[in-house]
Amino acid sequence: MHGLINRALQSFVCTTYGKERWRRATVAAGLSFSEFEAMLVYDDDLSRKLFDAVCAELGRGAEDVLEDLGTYLVSNPRTESLRRLLRFGGVDYVDFLYSFEDLPDRARLAVADLRLPRIEVREQSQNRFSLTCQPGLPGFGCALLGVLRAMADDYGALVTLGRSVTEGGSETVWVALVEDAFSEGRHFDLGVQAG
Amino acid sequence: MTGPGAEMIDDMLDRLCPMHVRLGPDGVMRHFGPTLRKIRGGQSSEGQAFWDMVTISRPRSVDGMDALLDAARHGGTLRLRFRDDPAAALKGVVVPLDDGGAVVNLSFGISVVDAVRIHGLSAGDFAPTDLAIELLYLVEANAAAMEASRKLNLRLQSGMIAAEEQAFTDTLTGLKNRRALDHILARLSESGETFALMHLDLDFFKQVNDTYGHAAGDTVLQRAARVMVAATRERDAVARIGGDEFVLIFPRLVDPDKLAMIARRLIQGLEEPIPVGEQTCRISASIGIAIRQDSEEAAEDLLHRADIALYAAKRAGRGRFRVAGAGDTAGVDDATFSHDGD
Repeated sequence: MHGLINRALQSFVCTTYGKERWRRATVAAGLSFSEFEAMLVYDDDLSRKLFDAVCAELGRGAEDVLEDLGTYLVSNPRTESLRRLLRFGGVDYVDFLYSFEDLPDRARLAVADLRLPRIEVREQSQNRFSLTCQPGLPGFGCALLGVLRAMADDYGALVTLGRSVTEGGSETVWVALVEDAFSEGRHFDLGVQAG
Repeated sequence: MTGPGAEMIDDMLDRLCPMHVRLGPDGVMRHFGPTLRKIRGGQSSEGQAFWDMVTISRPRSVDGMDALLDAARHGGTLRLRFRDDPAAALKGVVVPLDDGGAVVNLSFGISVVDAVRIHGLSAGDFAPTDLAIELLYLVEANAAAMEASRKLNLRLQSGMIAAEEQAFTDTLTGLKNRRALDHILARLSESGETFALMHLDLDFFKQVNDTYGHAAGDTVLQRAARVMVAATRERDAVARIGGDEFVLIFPRLVDPDKLAMIARRLIQGLEEPIPVGEQTCRISASIGIAIRQDSEEAAEDLLHRADIALYAAKRAGRGRFRVAGAGDTAGVDDATFSHDGD
């Protein structure tokens, strides 16, 4: 699994639960190191074992951990650059939802060897959207749910979210947009200030 | 162009090309697209001549409406700048209108990255089909990825330096090792620099090892290393190349008197009793010195001459040094510089 994904888990656990618990999880997973390099690729098995060890260490279910990870990635100041990159996707929340169709391409433009599952966005009925992730990265939908929840706050939209899994392993996240401009949301400057 | 036709074109172009400006037949600006109006707010106005707002660098000859329409007929890109902001390069394309006027559509080109910051532009200021937002995304995504790569490179580099240092260091004494010595000699050989070299062999070290054990031997070696480092300059190199064998290199030091003084100091220092636990160990050293005066001489030959001098010193009794004569192979000039021993 790409170092960025491992690194994201590391950053989330260290910031939210502390370095000691992260270190314990890496030991439990049989790792000889506890620092992932964002720009290297690691063995899938290693990442899976580590994730199981993290869930065991935190005493929480995999889906909960992934959803919190998604929220952390777009709401923590340490990962502000990711929030900015996502905000380039759309001027409002609906626009943003549709930008997930470009997600694998956008990810690849930024980091050539980062492969993310393709996502199909459909408007099922008025203000009700489905985002269907192709299989390949189990639990991706959970993390996506966390991202969508946090980004709704960012855009100032009021949404309700749900998730379902098909037999084929593809996950669908359901988004019901209650109000597009519910609150102010966070400001987004296209031009990043130097320094 | 007058009447509803012009208005329709303005409305349409406002959506398609928010950075356009429509000119009348006299070159006077009649209508700004919304983004252009936003960034020019105050500095330019409809009613001003196009030439008063911009300077055109390509094509070179454009200085009036006729020339502009001529450029339009030939197609191609306009390159221009605002007169009051010459730092920002603009691109443009001009299309003639039926009434003798023209529409010029402008773009920031690659300078869009600075432009959005300077003018506080947002996504709504670009046409939805414009790739400006994607370009901005790419710039930031690349910067973030480059930063991550740069950090990785820094970590790898410091790891490499540490590994190299280890590979060139004798772990017991902290002196340089054989590999480091080869490296230094190769570099000195290439540079053609003058330098002197000492081959130093500890005397009575075997007895220390045999009598007091290897731990005592290690302590003695560490102490001997400190003596050698203390007796040499910062730019000199001290290497341990065998059990009790050392080579010292003195770049740009070719004065035999000075070298003899250093050798004497080395032997005196090494002869000082070394306390090891309850015991006191005594060693000495024999030294062969070779001086490279001729930049053609190979490092191996110099080492060989120092070797011969060392054996001559040993033969003469322990605790002595010899300076190898120039071009000397078997014979050794031992009269002048031999140390008095004890």
